[in-house]
Amino acid sequence: MERSFESGPFAGDDLAVVRGGRAVFAGLSFSVSAGTALRLAGPNGSGKSSLIRVMAGLLRPTGGELRWGRAPVREDPEGHARRLAFLGHSDSLKSTLSAGENTAFQLRLRGIEGSTRTAALARAFESLNITSLIDLPAGWLSSGQRRRTALAGVLASDAPLWLLDEPTVGLDTASVTALEGAIAAHLAVGGMVVAATHTALDLGARVTDLDPATCARKTASLSDLGDGWGVA
Amino acid sequence: MHRFANPTRFLRLANAVLPWLGGLTVILFGVGLYQALVISPADYQQGETVRIMYVHVPAAWAALSGYTALAIASFTFLVWRHPLADLAARAASPIGAGFTAIALVTGALWGQPMWGTWWVWDARLTSVLILFFLYLGHMALVNAFDDSDRGSRAGAVLALVGVVNLPIIKFSVDWWNTLHQPASVLRMDGPKIAGEMMTPLMIMAGAYFALFGVLMILRIRSLLAARRLRQLRLAVQET
Amino acid sequence: MGRFWAIMSRDLTLARRQGADLAMTVSFFVVVVVLFPLGLGPTPGQLAEIAPAVLWVTALLAAMLSFDRLFQQDAEDGGLDQLALSGLPLAVVALAKALAHWLTTGLPMIVLAPLLAITLNLNTEAYGALILGFVLGTPIVSLFGTVGAALVVGARRAGVLVALIVLPLTIPVLIFGTLAIDAAANGLPIRVHLLMLSAMLAAAIPLAPLAAGAALRQALE
Repeated sequence: MERSFESGPFAGDDLAVVRGGRAVFAGLSFSVSAGTALRLAGPNGSGKSSLIRVMAGLLRPTGGELRWGRAPVREDPEGHARRLAFLGHSDSLKSTLSAGENTAFQLRLRGIEGSTRTAALARAFESLNITSLIDLPAGWLSSGQRRRTALAGVLASDAPLWLLDEPTVGLDTASVTALEGAIAAHLAVGGMVVAATHTALDLGARVTDLDPATCARKTASLSDLGDGWGVA
Repeated sequence: MHRFANPTRFLRLANAVLPWLGGLTVILFGVGLYQALVISPADYQQGETVRIMYVHVPAAWAALSGYTALAIASFTFLVWRHPLADLAARAASPIGAGFTAIALVTGALWGQPMWGTWWVWDARLTSVLILFFLYLGHMALVNAFDDSDRGSRAGAVLALVGVVNLPIIKFSVDWWNTLHQPASVLRMDGPKIAGEMMTPLMIMAGAYFALFGVLMILRIRSLLAARRLRQLRLAVQET
Repeated sequence: MGRFWAIMSRDLTLARRQGADLAMTVSFFVVVVVLFPLGLGPTPGQLAEIAPAVLWVTALLAAMLSFDRLFQQDAEDGGLDQLALSGLPLAVVALAKALAHWLTTGLPMIVLAPLLAITLNLNTEAYGALILGFVLGTPIVSLFGTVGAALVVGARRAGVLVALIVLPLTIPVLIFGTLAIDAAANGLPIRVHLLMLSAMLAAAIPLAPLAAGAALRQALE
């Protein structure tokens, strides 16, 4: 990665998410600046995935605001989408397309075309040790191979902000090490990484920990009752 | 979130209005039905069967207004995310579907002596039938999700798509009807409504709309209670 | 524009690789049309009379079978998130999907409809109206179906539900599509019916993707 990013910080103030009449978290704030990482920890159902989806702009927070630098994210959702790469719970792979075709489609969605795309794709597959899988249909891959293929889409993107939801699911030790190397390289050029994980994943020296579940959950659900409509 | 019209205030207002509106409904139905069935003259062409008009035509009006109400509530919910609008939309579609069903059944009962058959593909009756389908689709969609908020939002989008399409459907059904229907058939809107028929018709229309209001309040109240119950159970489970 | 074509061409590739899915929709169209002469008896005059209705109603039903998978697969495997994060408005994503759907189901039906019309002894004069009606009408069906498919993402019994909510909306297409064929078979002018279909298509091209985009946004949350 020979580029560097000049941007951020990416921050959220007083975020709240209410789902199904129940507060997932409330009063949550965070900040990620260039070259740093944020680890979301906590048990299942603690709101890690919801928070990552809020950060990606896929889920509208019930309260609070996201900012990139000084500008509110909601004023330019398309611009925000372009500066982030998102890895969700699912790998978003089509089983009849090859691993390479799947990743190439993700890059085309970002407007990366031609030789730039081929080079970025080859580099990402190389760094995750899956170059040999590039022409195999995704339906033939094991779950760990599928996860790495999905990660390759993030690595090959030109986005400064990586949002990774449980990136290590199904990965063996060697693959986790390869991912840690890629994350370190991304942070070294001024990228940002937010990762929700409950396994050991080295996110470098400049990492903050955050557990959404600790953020004012009980008070939120009770104060929400006072609202009385029972809807978000 | 919109707290300017909180549920407590809504309930206070609704509970205050409900007895008056309920009383008005009873009085209007009493006066309207007496006028329609006893006072008003029989039609020179249709005889006594014209009296079915007094229950049929207002039902069709209420059915159509119900869809308009549904669309307005859906628009309000989508734009301002107002929870009351969501409850109103959820309440409006079964009530509207009920009035549509009344219009269809009374239409068939009216058609029997007029046309000698229970069902004729008359343009108006066909349009009301399609309106019934639109209500059915809305109700099915709203209740098809495990997450009820998701059902509300999908239903709201569908209601707006439906209200844009409704005039096009009406227009094409009219067009289809004029090309397929022999001109000699007696149209349902055919006989001109005489003055002494107009008064009972309007009173009956008032009765139907008052009934619509009563049903809306009752249903919103019960939806609200169900929501509160769900929240209390979640709160109990979390503490 | 590059991203629009990327979405459309990927859907076309998927349709080609999962060719059986596509073949099923088209086969359903053929099989159901052929059932009518078997149920009605092979009287040529009678068949010719019901041919417009049979072709259009069956085409609508066949299309309904293909909509539940339009977004469901993407929603299940996380692809919908990636589409939403492409930086394209969701309405444009929906338009790309609708176009791919029409190319894979509408277009084959346009080709097959006149062949099936032969088996129903459709009046020779009516083939032009049949083909033109299908050319104008099937894209409207694809666009409405895209709205329905976006609405039912994540619903129980999505396949039946999409038919229940989309079929009433397609009634105008059915009416003008069949009227055009009837008119042509009776030697009457067909221009006004085709103009109606054109007007509906012109309105549906911008409006249906907007509605589908709004529905997808709701589905993501």
